[in-house]
Amino acid sequence: MMEYEELIINMGPQHPSTHGVLYLELKLDGEVVLDCRPNIGYLHRSIEKIAENRSFVQFMPFTDRLDYLASMNNNLGLCLTVEKLMNIAVSPRAQYLRVIIAELNRIASHLFAVSTFAQDLGAFATPLFYALRDREKIIQIFDHICGQRLTYNYMRVGGVSGDLPAGVDALIKEYIPYQRKMLDEFETLLTGNVIFCARSKNIGVLSKETAIKYGVTGPNLRASGYKWDLRKDEPYLVYDKFDFDIPTGENGDSWDRYIVRIREIRESLKIIEQALGGLPEGDPVAKVNKVFRPNGETYMCTENPRGELGFYIVGDGNIFPYRLKIRAPSFSNLSVLSAMVKGLNISDTVCALGSLDIVMGEIDR
Amino acid sequence: MIAHYLPYLKLLLKGVCVLSFIAVSAMFLIWLERKVSAKVQNRLGPMITGPHGSLQSIADTVKLLLKENIVPSGADRLTWWLAPFFVTVPPVTAFLCMPFGPTFIVRDLNVGILFICSITSICVLGIFMAGWGSNNKYSLLGGMRSAAQIISYEVPLLLSALVVIMEAGTLSMQGIVHAQEPCWFFLKPNLFVAFVIYLISATAEVNRVPFDIPEAESELVAGYHTEYSGMKFAMFFVAEYTNLFIISAVAASLFLGGWLGPIRPSAGWFLLKAYVVIAFLMWIRWTLPRVRMDQMMSFAWKVLTPVALLNVLVTGWLLVAKG
Repeated sequence: MMEYEELIINMGPQHPSTHGVLYLELKLDGEVVLDCRPNIGYLHRSIEKIAENRSFVQFMPFTDRLDYLASMNNNLGLCLTVEKLMNIAVSPRAQYLRVIIAELNRIASHLFAVSTFAQDLGAFATPLFYALRDREKIIQIFDHICGQRLTYNYMRVGGVSGDLPAGVDALIKEYIPYQRKMLDEFETLLTGNVIFCARSKNIGVLSKETAIKYGVTGPNLRASGYKWDLRKDEPYLVYDKFDFDIPTGENGDSWDRYIVRIREIRESLKIIEQALGGLPEGDPVAKVNKVFRPNGETYMCTENPRGELGFYIVGDGNIFPYRLKIRAPSFSNLSVLSAMVKGLNISDTVCALGSLDIVMGEIDR
Repeated sequence: MIAHYLPYLKLLLKGVCVLSFIAVSAMFLIWLERKVSAKVQNRLGPMITGPHGSLQSIADTVKLLLKENIVPSGADRLTWWLAPFFVTVPPVTAFLCMPFGPTFIVRDLNVGILFICSITSICVLGIFMAGWGSNNKYSLLGGMRSAAQIISYEVPLLLSALVVIMEAGTLSMQGIVHAQEPCWFFLKPNLFVAFVIYLISATAEVNRVPFDIPEAESELVAGYHTEYSGMKFAMFFVAEYTNLFIISAVAASLFLGGWLGPIRPSAGWFLLKAYVVIAFLMWIRWTLPRVRMDQMMSFAWKVLTPVALLNVLVTGWLLVAKG
């Protein structure tokens, strides 16, 4: 008799393609995945608990460390929630600035997502370097705006920390056509590539129903064919003033998730162009009290590059919130992985994981 | 007395030349690959050690030589120790009948091409030994993938070489080069097909993108040589680049006219052609994603092998028709 044995592989927490410190427990039959269990917690920093001992101004830098590839969007989420809770009005210029900044960061995040996905498929480093070259432009713009390259701490409750420095709007104006051109170049490398398509089409298929059941949001949900984008469906800031499309996929496979992100970059460029054109005059800097004593509770979610980022704040009249709960999109997106990869082989597991585009910072919080 | 030993001395000298060529060539290729990849990826690559980082490989070699020898616990020690040698020695041996020039060849065996093909396929043993001996699941998977891959692609590789042998009517490397004096082989349509098949299967033979499945970084960390460090790792590395040179040099000899060229030195032409093929393979490596294991296997058996067989048939007909 031949002996039959299942092979258990511990993929991670130190592994080239687990995007940080994710630990996947894979049960294999040969190379076919029988069971996949994501274990998390290697990056846990008690951010939600820390929030209970910080005022909102003090807590703002901690949101940068959630989804560290989209810090501006995290800042925005917290600001909007507190503004909703305290009924604070924000000047139009600040709203427009926030849109521009958030969309720029969405592009930076998506560039990173699609290029690391290509890296996971073995297109070694070339797409990554192309995308990082373009992302660098955005980072430089952010550097001019707030002096930071990754953790910005730029937004404030009631506005932003400072107006655009002189010359930065010209930089952004230059950047838009540049990125369009470079995105075309990037797509010639991957989108129609026979090997890339063979590797990602019909791999890690996520049906609309499963996606909704698991609470998957963002590009991953839209790739499954469900048109849901908070910027359109529950508009916040001034998103209802802009003309842009919500790209969706058809099959919900890895390739769809890739192409939805690429198309979203183009849509974001459209939004930035419009917002920059209609940027109103005024003072965007917050003119509100720095100390808030929130009473009551509220929930607000925004469309982050990875999905819906929600902040749930309970205040008891103290300057610290009584409880601050973060709904991290990557957490829900990761939860669907084990349902997606059963029956695939290791290579496809890496492909499916890469296409989900998770960031461990916000999963572990 | 000396006259009696002279031929042997000459042979020995040639051997020493070839060996030092291999070492230098591997180091040069590693540097070249880093530079080519940097060029493709909008970077500079190594720039600090020597002009344009040209001494980087030497610095790396020194570092690797000085590194501690780490044996993983639970490793199958004998297999673990032998594996790097099984990977390194065969490609070096294959240089025995590599035609650098009309007279510049260590031994022009009358079964030259057969010898090269068979001796280089011993490498798979070493790779499998490394995968097995490491006591690491990633290495084991890498080793198994490698064994399957190399054995599969051996078939179309040999079938494409067979077309050349039929055309040239000899197995000797020099004979094949001489047969190309009227017309380089890759200019003939049936041999061009063989050339393409050869390049694809040779890329798979040396585990390069898009067939770098055994050492798929994003899946298997580093595949079969995950656990190797120091000089043993360097031996895998040198073997990889020596193999790269061999497949390119064989491609140059079989299809691109080997050392044939309008002016002397003929060895220069041979190297030039080999490096053109190498540059092409490097360009491919830094552009394409990786295929999946089963896709690669079905491509070898369902596409490449039938096409190669058909090509053999067509070549046979053409030769018979020609008389």
